Amino acid sequence: MAEKILMKGNEAIAISAIRNGADGYFGYPITPQSEVMETLMKERPWLTTGMVVLQAESETSSINMVYGGACCGKKVMTSSSSPGISLMCEGLSYLAGAELPCVIVNCQRGGPGLGTIQPSQSDYNQCVKGGGHGDYNAIVLAPASAQDMYDFVDWGFDLAFKYRTPVIILADGIVGQMMEKVELRPEKPRMTKEELLKVAPWATTGKTADRPYNVITSLALESDVQERFNQKLAAKYEVIKENEVKYEEYMTEDAEYVFVAFGCSARIGEAVVDQLREEGIKAGLLRPVTLFPFPTKRIAELSGQVKSMMTLELNLGQMVDDVRLAVNGKCPVGFYGRQGGIIYTPDEIVEAFKKFNNLK
Amino acid sequence: MNIEDIKKPENIVYKKTPILTDNVMHYCPGCSHGTVHKLIAEVIEEMGIQEETIAVSPVGCSVFAYNYLNVDWQQAAHGRAPALATAAKRLNPEKYVFTYQGDGDLASIGTAEIIHACSRGENIVVIFINNGIYGMTGGQMAPTTLLGMKTSTTPYGRDAKLNGFPLVLAPMIAQLDGTAFITRQSVHTAVAARKAKAAIKKAFEYSQKGIGLSFVEIVATCNSGWKMSPTAANKWMVENMFPKYPLGDIKDVLKQE
Amino acid sequence: MAFKGAIEVDTAKCKGCGVCVENCPTKSIELSKMVNSKGYNYAEMVGEACIGCSNCAIVCPDSVITVYRVKI
Repeated sequence: MAEKILMKGNEAIAISAIRNGADGYFGYPITPQSEVMETLMKERPWLTTGMVVLQAESETSSINMVYGGACCGKKVMTSSSSPGISLMCEGLSYLAGAELPCVIVNCQRGGPGLGTIQPSQSDYNQCVKGGGHGDYNAIVLAPASAQDMYDFVDWGFDLAFKYRTPVIILADGIVGQMMEKVELRPEKPRMTKEELLKVAPWATTGKTADRPYNVITSLALESDVQERFNQKLAAKYEVIKENEVKYEEYMTEDAEYVFVAFGCSARIGEAVVDQLREEGIKAGLLRPVTLFPFPTKRIAELSGQVKSMMTLELNLGQMVDDVRLAVNGKCPVGFYGRQGGIIYTPDEIVEAFKKFNNLK
Repeated sequence: MNIEDIKKPENIVYKKTPILTDNVMHYCPGCSHGTVHKLIAEVIEEMGIQEETIAVSPVGCSVFAYNYLNVDWQQAAHGRAPALATAAKRLNPEKYVFTYQGDGDLASIGTAEIIHACSRGENIVVIFINNGIYGMTGGQMAPTTLLGMKTSTTPYGRDAKLNGFPLVLAPMIAQLDGTAFITRQSVHTAVAARKAKAAIKKAFEYSQKGIGLSFVEIVATCNSGWKMSPTAANKWMVENMFPKYPLGDIKDVLKQE
Repeated sequence: MAFKGAIEVDTAKCKGCGVCVENCPTKSIELSKMVNSKGYNYAEMVGEACIGCSNCAIVCPDSVITVYRVKI
């Protein structure tokens, strides 16, 4: 029986990074995710695995440290919350433009501006549609539990290196702050120098006689070079969409109504489904685990089976646009959300659901 | 002995280092960047550290430094080079890591990154090219532009009331405990270039001693931006830039008094 | 001890900036009246006064000068 430990989602991120062979973490304090760096500093992994942990002077600097570490082929990561992620979007664009692997955790809080420190899902568009400038996407994973927080760090690094792309773990203040039992999976050591050279022959590891020198850049002044690169990225994103979509379903088999919700909202959504089922209403839930790539195909399939769909989001309705695109008019698509750090109760969702569907 | 008899391989006393690539530099005729690139390349060759070097290029004219030095390069977002170098060095302490940055990059948009890299005592080398102007974007005012100096955004000359004062960075970072070696050099004459090369070499050596950041400022020309011939620009630099940015070592923690 | 020197300029890459000319202690370099394919009046050695001091080469931004030197 694997060891299970009670910990916060944010602590799970830190412990997972150490146990899964991360080489470096660079961050800046911001609520509600500061426990990530605090846990790392307390654990002092530089004394055990050799992992580097550094508190930077800003989120801007953190993400550029991630860029510098990723250039070296290292498994590097950062974490922040919404206003900090805005500052990181410049670096995120450069990371995508230079095709660098890394993991970025966004423990979302309410915005815009300085907003609130309470949980939110209002960075969906920012993280899923890009955030920084230019044509790019990052892979976006949406954890719904402390265990997900733990597992997605390793999964995120695997995807990041497989596709040479930044991966965002789009968490929120609830998932980051709540304490749950987390199963510690078997440890993975840090990459050896030999493994790194094999995994990342493109990295700036020092020019040796057996290869030309490596340059990591996102600059292409010639338009045709830039366009070819954009198309290369597009092709990569198509492969990701084909192979990496992940979602979970709850009681959708015979569902006449399907909720679509990610992260903490999916957990509340399950309670809503249970409540409606008790009333004899055949409800189900689809939880996108990957937000990019989005489970478009599955949502399209379900839209042929149901009377309506409804997204639950802690924002003003962002993912609902992607659901509507997937549904493409085949059934009505509703949205229910709360903002400002307020969390909906199953009861109010049931009420909104009934109103949308004209049910008593 | 006639000239052709002298031009024999065994008589070569100076030739281009193989650490420089064969690419023709995109810099304007007489630009200091080329000379500084060469000095760094020669230091890398002499120290035998090509395999151990990670270089970080900025945004600005020298963004393309990576086309000219035969070492591994990371190209940074504007001003962020010290952050990249921080991670590269901490993750690879055995490597020699240097940034190459202009005054717009380092002294304007990148002030937070350079000051904190200095303050943390990162064991990196920073080569800072100060020519008092933005070259790449067409000669706009830089933080280091002298009072009265004409640029495309100070067409009547830099006015302290309107544009603030020139930022003199080297003495500021010399006060920080994390810096080991701060020097200001130039490359307009052979004597100056040889001194600059010695300073760059010292900076690279210091970066492996675990004593903090080494910073080599090169007071340089941008003859296109200054709208002068290369030789006139050198003369103007001596007469106008040097009084504000005097040459010499500003801090050397290992120097015996 | 006296030296006699010579330089060779990669004229195709020379941009004719003239920094070498200014730095030559024996006035052995001039800009040619000829131009290269880029239109630059490239540097060239003149006379026989060169002592192979390398001053021109070390200040050359484009690293196009090779210097030779013999003892005489």
